[in-house]
Amino acid sequence: MPFELGANAVVSGLLLGGLYAVASLGLTIAFGLLEVPNVAHPTFMVLGAYCAYLGNLLGVDPVIASVVFAPAFYLAGMVFYQAYFVCFERRGRGNTLQSFTFFFGIAMVLEVSLILAVGVDLRSVTATYIGKSLTIGFITMPYRFIIPFLIGSVVGAGMWLFLTRTHLGLAIRAVAHDAKALCIVALSPAQVKRHAFGIAMMTAAFAGAALIIVNPVDPFIGREYIGRSFAIVVLAGMGSVPGTLVASVIIGLLESLVITYVGATWAPGVAFAVLLATLAIRPSGIFGVAR
Amino acid sequence: MRNIAFLAGSLIVLVVGALLPHAVSNAYVFYAGFVALQYVVISTGWNILGGYAGYVNFGGGAFVGLGMYAAVFLFKAIGAPLAVQMLGAAIAGGVLGLGMGYLTLRIQGVFFSIATLALTIVLNTVIVNWSYVGGARGVTVLAPQPTLFPSIVSYVFFAMLVLAVVSVAIARWIEKSWIGRGLAALRADEQAAECSGTPTLRLKLFAATISGALIASAGAPYPYYASYVEPASAFGLAIALNALAMPLIGGTRSWIGPLIGALLLSSLEQAATVTIPTEVNLLIVGLVLIGFVVAAPDGLLGLFERKPAKVRAP
Repeated sequence: MPFELGANAVVSGLLLGGLYAVASLGLTIAFGLLEVPNVAHPTFMVLGAYCAYLGNLLGVDPVIASVVFAPAFYLAGMVFYQAYFVCFERRGRGNTLQSFTFFFGIAMVLEVSLILAVGVDLRSVTATYIGKSLTIGFITMPYRFIIPFLIGSVVGAGMWLFLTRTHLGLAIRAVAHDAKALCIVALSPAQVKRHAFGIAMMTAAFAGAALIIVNPVDPFIGREYIGRSFAIVVLAGMGSVPGTLVASVIIGLLESLVITYVGATWAPGVAFAVLLATLAIRPSGIFGVAR
Repeated sequence: MRNIAFLAGSLIVLVVGALLPHAVSNAYVFYAGFVALQYVVISTGWNILGGYAGYVNFGGGAFVGLGMYAAVFLFKAIGAPLAVQMLGAAIAGGVLGLGMGYLTLRIQGVFFSIATLALTIVLNTVIVNWSYVGGARGVTVLAPQPTLFPSIVSYVFFAMLVLAVVSVAIARWIEKSWIGRGLAALRADEQAAECSGTPTLRLKLFAATISGALIASAGAPYPYYASYVEPASAFGLAIALNALAMPLIGGTRSWIGPLIGALLLSSLEQAATVTIPTEVNLLIVGLVLIGFVVAAPDGLLGLFERKPAKVRAP
């Protein structure tokens, strides 16, 4: 029995890791690669969850709804980055105090707007797969965890292929490496970053759908993901997609084990402990280069 | 000369504050005044690290909540008087600030901000799991009747006034001393400051400690004030947002800025609570914060200062 309990905890931790991966990939790009501390990203994920909820009200599957909304998120991300660029980077004021505060303010305004628009009640979606589970031997996997895990795997793999195999992906990695060098090869760093930010924001739509499939959502849930996502990005090694996937699974596993063996109320502390431990022991993260 | 004027001003404020409870019977004055003064302490304390050194602390609410629960703990454990509770809260906040600073400020400033973002959730988790101080249900604190003051509200009002004067004095002293100049240097360019012999890490840790101690001590009189504390409201987001907004609205370069920002925001809030819902109030604060960060990064004080010649970055 203890073995079966442990095995189930490990499996649900793995599945949880998929959700955390899709929730953090946007920050891997925005913060890890572009060094834009987008504190508002988790709040945009909650917005994505409400978009999936809206689609679901019309009878659309949340995952399909998120795909429909994704282009809108892409555009919003580009506009958002442009606003940030005009206000801060172009004026040479990209200092952390101000940009952090800017994004924190955006997160706040978005969260309060969500509260005013949809209220503080928990919202959930309905789909044929929610409520059922897959049982293999003594391991039970609810589909509402499997689907987000699949979303995480697909988005993660897609992101990795995009960054390593396409020209835009290469340009995005290049701009993270040396923005001035891009000017020499006649590319606009701002333009590349705009697209990168759009892609980062697009993942928030998918993450939102994954989030609302796993659990009912209220406007405050983004706060839990701020610390967790940043912990994952730092543990991964800034800007590393494979690192993000590994780090997400590590955090998912640890949280699942804590929930099973210590108590569910302690789970929110796990990410913070991991973040502090990473900073103390290996600040460059698992897949990062020392700096 | 200016020091003497500041000292005289502080003394006058304290004496008026001590006499006020015996002259004014309207309790609302003290209820509203307490909040305004609490904001002054939070704003001033935040600015020592956030404004002077340029390291954003998003965990203002966490530090205030820590102060509240340190006070509750000391009250329950040894029945400590208010002054001891405040001192205990200050020590707890200072240790937390130092610890966080030691782990994160050595690497990159960004990590400090990120860690403080997660801090509120973590302290909330700890308190929810700690049944001695009430856990998730919260805890009721029945304050003993004060001897020198007519009511408990006027008593905590005066305690907060003393704290506010002390914190403004500390902020002013830091700003005028070599510490303030060192902090300003590392804010402008950390590497350059380090190269010219400024002990940047020591200064940052000093600022983080003092800042944490002041913000936490601002929470200590709250259990007496409200006589009930529970984690959901103690670790609310409003304080974290306000702690940031007040100095940035007022101006972060000088001790007057946070003071102005705090008085402005608290009076606006008092006016707003009777007319608009809390959410709308938060929305307005958020929008004003964004507006100031984008358009007036040096706050209200910066708007009235003579502008140096514009330098365009390449």
